[in-house]
Amino acid sequence: MRGITKRYPGVIANDHIDLDLQPGEIHGLLGENGAGKTTLMNILYGLAVPDEGQILIDGTPVHIAGPSDAIARGIEMVHQHFMLIPVLSVAENVVLGEETMANPIFLDLHEASRRIRDLAAKFEFELDPDAKIQSLSVGQQQRVEILKMLYRDAQILVLDEPTAVLTPSETEEIFELLRNLAKDGRSIIFISHKLQEVLEIADRITVIRRGKVIGSRRPAETNAEELAELMVGRAVLLRVDRGESHPTDVRLKIEGLHVRDDRGGEVVRGVDLEIRGGEILGIAGVAGNGQDELVEALIGLRRVASGRVWLAGREVTGASPRTINEANVGYVPADRHRFGLILPFPLTDNLVLTSYYKAPFAHGLIRDERAILAAAREAIREYDVRTPSPLVPAQTLSGGNQQKLIVAREFVGDTTLLVLDQPTRGLDVGSIEFIHRRIIEKRNAGTAVLLVSAELDEVMELSDRIAVMYRGKLVAFLDGRTADKNQVGLLMATGRSGSRSAEAPGAAS
Amino acid sequence: MSRPSEERSRIAAVLSSVWSLIAVPLIAVLMALIVGAVVIVLSSVLVLKNPFDPTLPLTAYGALAQGAVGSYDSFVSTLVLTTPLLLAGLGVGIGFRAGLFNIGAQGQFLMGAVGSVAVAVWFAHAPAVIAIIAALLGGMIAGAAWGFVPGLLKATSGAHEVVTTIMMNYIALALLAWIVIGPLRQPGSVSPSTPSVGVAALPIVLDRSGHIGIFIAFLAVPIAWFLLFRTTRGFEIRAVGANPDAARYAGVKPRRLIVLTMSIAGLLAGLAGASVILGVTHQMNTTFSTSVGFDSITVALLGRSNPIGIMVAALLFGAMRAGAGPMQINAGIPVELVDFIQALILLFLIANVALRRLLRLRGVSGAEQTGFETITRSYGGEATG
Repeated sequence: MRGITKRYPGVIANDHIDLDLQPGEIHGLLGENGAGKTTLMNILYGLAVPDEGQILIDGTPVHIAGPSDAIARGIEMVHQHFMLIPVLSVAENVVLGEETMANPIFLDLHEASRRIRDLAAKFEFELDPDAKIQSLSVGQQQRVEILKMLYRDAQILVLDEPTAVLTPSETEEIFELLRNLAKDGRSIIFISHKLQEVLEIADRITVIRRGKVIGSRRPAETNAEELAELMVGRAVLLRVDRGESHPTDVRLKIEGLHVRDDRGGEVVRGVDLEIRGGEILGIAGVAGNGQDELVEALIGLRRVASGRVWLAGREVTGASPRTINEANVGYVPADRHRFGLILPFPLTDNLVLTSYYKAPFAHGLIRDERAILAAAREAIREYDVRTPSPLVPAQTLSGGNQQKLIVAREFVGDTTLLVLDQPTRGLDVGSIEFIHRRIIEKRNAGTAVLLVSAELDEVMELSDRIAVMYRGKLVAFLDGRTADKNQVGLLMATGRSGSRSAEAPGAAS
Repeated sequence: MSRPSEERSRIAAVLSSVWSLIAVPLIAVLMALIVGAVVIVLSSVLVLKNPFDPTLPLTAYGALAQGAVGSYDSFVSTLVLTTPLLLAGLGVGIGFRAGLFNIGAQGQFLMGAVGSVAVAVWFAHAPAVIAIIAALLGGMIAGAAWGFVPGLLKATSGAHEVVTTIMMNYIALALLAWIVIGPLRQPGSVSPSTPSVGVAALPIVLDRSGHIGIFIAFLAVPIAWFLLFRTTRGFEIRAVGANPDAARYAGVKPRRLIVLTMSIAGLLAGLAGASVILGVTHQMNTTFSTSVGFDSITVALLGRSNPIGIMVAALLFGAMRAGAGPMQINAGIPVELVDFIQALILLFLIANVALRRLLRLRGVSGAEQTGFETITRSYGGEATG
């Protein structure tokens, strides 16, 4: 790609970007949210047309008018969110959209299955073509996405945040697969903002900031600190010094908690825990092991099936969200667009979402717009929310700023307990650093913190104590100072710390 | 300091949000008038075999405008016709804000009429002030009851308000017929009809037909605006409509709010019905029925569920109704053209997504729950959830 430039009204998303990709190369593409990675890849995939510059494949300029053009030239893309149909089998998902079937009317799934087995054998991974997608683990689903590209014989593979939802061991398996693909002469563009992973997998790393290529490095000649600095444009503390914790009284106590999910299945199956003021309890676990339901039950958003919950000694089992909130509990939800924000509402209204009904923001039934605006200005300044005005809708903010908005609302005042569900999911390095610092500050000020995260690194870095959640139960409690990352990863994946037998496949070459 | 630049960006934000609010309605009305013009010319040439006359639409729209606002007299009749549309439109709009699609405005309107005429007959010998207030209250309570029931059904059993309010419309229609033929039938009348509302008739204060209900309707605009945008209850209504999950987290009790919102919507539609009975017809017969309830849905959509927008939309619809007759007399264009144009406006409003794409309107999106989202969600998303 030569001199790619793409302008949108008011911003230059790509400013004369040059990117070259060798056969058999894994090329890491790093950049903060909004740096222009996605725009660049959309241009490569034919979803956007560049204003300037050209794309050359094997030295000849090509014009890519749309995704079908890109696919015809061997360019394939895996999006951050899986594009799979859960009720169909692996083979059915793989042939979806494939136009080169021998028989134009009837699906030849046997032939598809045979080719899938061949590919799996060639690249040394296991996958049953007849298995339904919904029965597969997230790591296996990621493999199906990659398989789809291989089935169409892609030569250039673009992967957007492929490891975002994977456990460490699943990530390792995907990396093994990617290395095998590279060995076969295929080129891979690996987009991520996990610095360690890019350092581990990429042959070359290109960093983009504000639409420009800031630098290109080989992993051997750089390190995470330098890459973070290139991404953000200033020195970044990758590890927060959390210091000693000084636990005080028990703030949250849970006994024998059982919670059901929306379909009635019991997903929290007997959780007991205690958190004291001034300590951070991190719950590590692969997404979907009951963490969200546990948290929602605590906040009063989901019914407790059985068990009991106490807040600072007072029983609050089954209390309403408002009761919990009035007991000075802050909550950062996993899905900020669902429980966290009302996107079309201005920042002012979002900042008083849980306190709109009481003084100083309302007197009786009447809202006090002036007090709301004044408090919003204060919060926006204090939490460094980048916005042209407190009156613009929350949906106009970037993800990082939206999250800061929620943090500004939930961290305010003298909190007893903070419940943080994936507080930095999808955020860039700068915002993550900011939020982590605030969490430590709150803990040091005496707040109890329950941190749920699928990012093992985040749990390891912040937690004074670590609990591992596996299939609705807390299977282990570990000391945050001494816990070993591999041990926690194994607990997340298997629920046990001892046996290594479940780890056999994928480690072949 | 950053004050001036913040001020400037605030003004820019206000301007762009105003534009994003009025762009779609404005274009929908213009497109409807253009298509209406084409139909006027075509029907004149093809059906009536007249010679091709490209100025005919101008003549027709001119007569329509003349009939609506051409004289003090016609302006007052525009206001009279605007009154029920405005009141019922506000009710439907408040429902939209909460994510409720209240198709029951028609039934609530009819019940308001029934309630007010019943109370008026009962208070026939009371002093006028008391009779008027009682009759208006009777209409409001009857309308509110007709909104309360679907609200309660939704809150307790999840029954969709689109279905239940349509059923309530039929019940209201049947109830009205029974009351006119049965308990409230005026003895000795040839065709079934209730007695006159008598002393409860609204005083005429403007010209020959401008009853005091006009002022009540226009007074309801700032009240509704204040309720929605300056009270905590209004914040809850808008929050539930825009994001029910976040509203629940904020401590709003959605069930209670649904019942409350539907009752307010019914109350306003009921008041609309009362204003027609007490201010215009003064009695009710079995054929008492208008399209006010359904037109008010279009009015609420056109006004984007904003009380001020609804006022403008109701005035436009009221003016078209007032001008329709004079247009037929002076330009020879049938009154049905107005129905046609109103239907086109609704179509273009519903097609707003396609319209925005067609006209490349950047940044013009649903700023909040303004009706479109409610309607699409009524039939799509919610069914799966």
